[in-house]
Amino acid sequence: MAVETTTRAKLRWGLLDVLVVVFALIPVLWIASLSFKTPATLTDGKFFPREWTLDNYKTIFETDQFVRALINSIGIALIATLVAVVLGAMAAYAISRLDFPGKGLLVGVSLLIAMFPQVSLVSPLFEIERQLGLFDTWPGLILPYITFALPLAIYTLSAFFKQIPWDLEKAAKMDGATQAQAFRRVIAPLAAPGLFTTAILVFIFCWNDFLFAISLTSTERSRTVPAALSFFTGASQFEDPTGAICAAAVVITVPIILFVLFFQRRIVSGLTSGAVKG
Amino acid sequence: MTLPATPTDTAPEKSSASASVPTQRGSRRTAPLSENKKAERKLGWLLCAPAALVMVAVTAYPIIYSVWLSLQRYDLRFPDQREFIGLENYVTVLTNEFWWTAFGVTALITVVTVAVELVLGMGLALIMHRTLVGRGIVRTSALIPYGIVTVVAAFSWRYAWTPGTGYLADLFSDGAPLTERASSLAIIMLAEIWKTTPFMALLLMAGLALVPEDLLKAASTDGATAWQRFTKVMLPVMKPAILVALLFRTLDAFRVFDNIFVLTAGGNETSSVSMLAYNNLIRGLNLGIGSTMSVLIFITVAIIAFVFVKLFGTAAPGSDDGERR
Repeated sequence: MAVETTTRAKLRWGLLDVLVVVFALIPVLWIASLSFKTPATLTDGKFFPREWTLDNYKTIFETDQFVRALINSIGIALIATLVAVVLGAMAAYAISRLDFPGKGLLVGVSLLIAMFPQVSLVSPLFEIERQLGLFDTWPGLILPYITFALPLAIYTLSAFFKQIPWDLEKAAKMDGATQAQAFRRVIAPLAAPGLFTTAILVFIFCWNDFLFAISLTSTERSRTVPAALSFFTGASQFEDPTGAICAAAVVITVPIILFVLFFQRRIVSGLTSGAVKG
Repeated sequence: MTLPATPTDTAPEKSSASASVPTQRGSRRTAPLSENKKAERKLGWLLCAPAALVMVAVTAYPIIYSVWLSLQRYDLRFPDQREFIGLENYVTVLTNEFWWTAFGVTALITVVTVAVELVLGMGLALIMHRTLVGRGIVRTSALIPYGIVTVVAAFSWRYAWTPGTGYLADLFSDGAPLTERASSLAIIMLAEIWKTTPFMALLLMAGLALVPEDLLKAASTDGATAWQRFTKVMLPVMKPAILVALLFRTLDAFRVFDNIFVLTAGGNETSSVSMLAYNNLIRGLNLGIGSTMSVLIFITVAIIAFVFVKLFGTAAPGSDDGERR
């Protein structure tokens, strides 16, 4: 009897699992499927390709437009992530470890920014960046990305830092380790997973942005892939760009899928720990 | 406290640390500052300064500047006509039917998507938290909509509904669903819900982890049904997490832009306020009107946040520091 109920319960949960997986994956599989279709079968309306081809991928990697956008996307997201995590880690260390006036204010300000309507910044930034010569440059995008990534970084990192047993540092020093050794051998390894998780979340955020990317750029010089997609043409000007757009879309989805596959636990714990603090 | 998945989970350590904060603060107010305390303050400020500077420089200054821009007639196509005109732009925008249509569309999308996401997200959170089989697979696949680039997902939905190309287009008898207002809005909402339900579910799952297992068992032995356990035990414990999730998702939904841009480009009166502001600014190059809309959107979002905090008593994240206003 007991065995039977657990089997049935497992079956029921299994069914629900399948439902979730199918629901989550269909749009991704669909765009991948389109990217492998030949021009002749592209508009047949079938979910799976009847004829497979890699031509769409060849096309986009042969055009400067896509390669340039991909370099922009990777460079801008990596730099913004690095800076946001370093600045965020400094602030989060202070918030979780030190006592100083103004701490509440900083937490409040970052909360406000997390909720800030980004479109409200588009018009002033557009004008300010034009005056400063930052419009359509890498720093012109990196700056707003850092700003909006910082609250996320500060919250997630403070949550992680609060869980680090800092007394171990004292213990190591009592056992004769220097301050630097204690930090390098004891604290850094404990903090690394949190930093890494935060870096993934921040990278996903920067990688994802569309509004700033399309408003604060005007040429291929700094346009990232999400913004460049809508300017895509096929191999020639007159060709239907659907296949090329889908192939480019799949290329920028690959890193996300890899992150999710390898670091699912970390991402879930990062998102939930940062959020539950409230 | 949160998930056991965090590598360095040391609950006793944490509670002692947070307990020591108020006492330190208390002593700071009464006793004169020791050298140590002064050094700690200084280090604290030094470490926070760069982050604070960047955040303020990139948001506070521009928002003030945008208030200034909104008080001017400033069209980049006619820069000579730039002049200070007071609140005229606000009158123009607030008496414009396009603005109110966009506002209505945004409000509709926000209310419908957040409501649906709350229900679906709760279901997904329960599945991710309690499933007996395949927990890893469910969590991994649920993260894909969260992580995927919104524009990519939007293109996938667009092609899915494009007549001839898409596998879903035939569901409508008259073809082209993205050329009609009602079906376009429905598709925009579907795309939004697909993309953001997992995030809602993760926030709710964080609350779900706080529900004591003993309490559920006790309720169960006392004869509570599954539904009663959910409404009488889980929901009250989860209330703060639910409110935070609702607040975050409401404000996020109000900014809807990417999906509309790709799916309809705002055609057939499907523009959101963000879309309208973008069009006035980048397409129309009208900085005055664009900035006015920016300011109005900012004010609306501030009102929504205020209502949530005051009316529902949403605890702001970070309030466990004992440091909040």
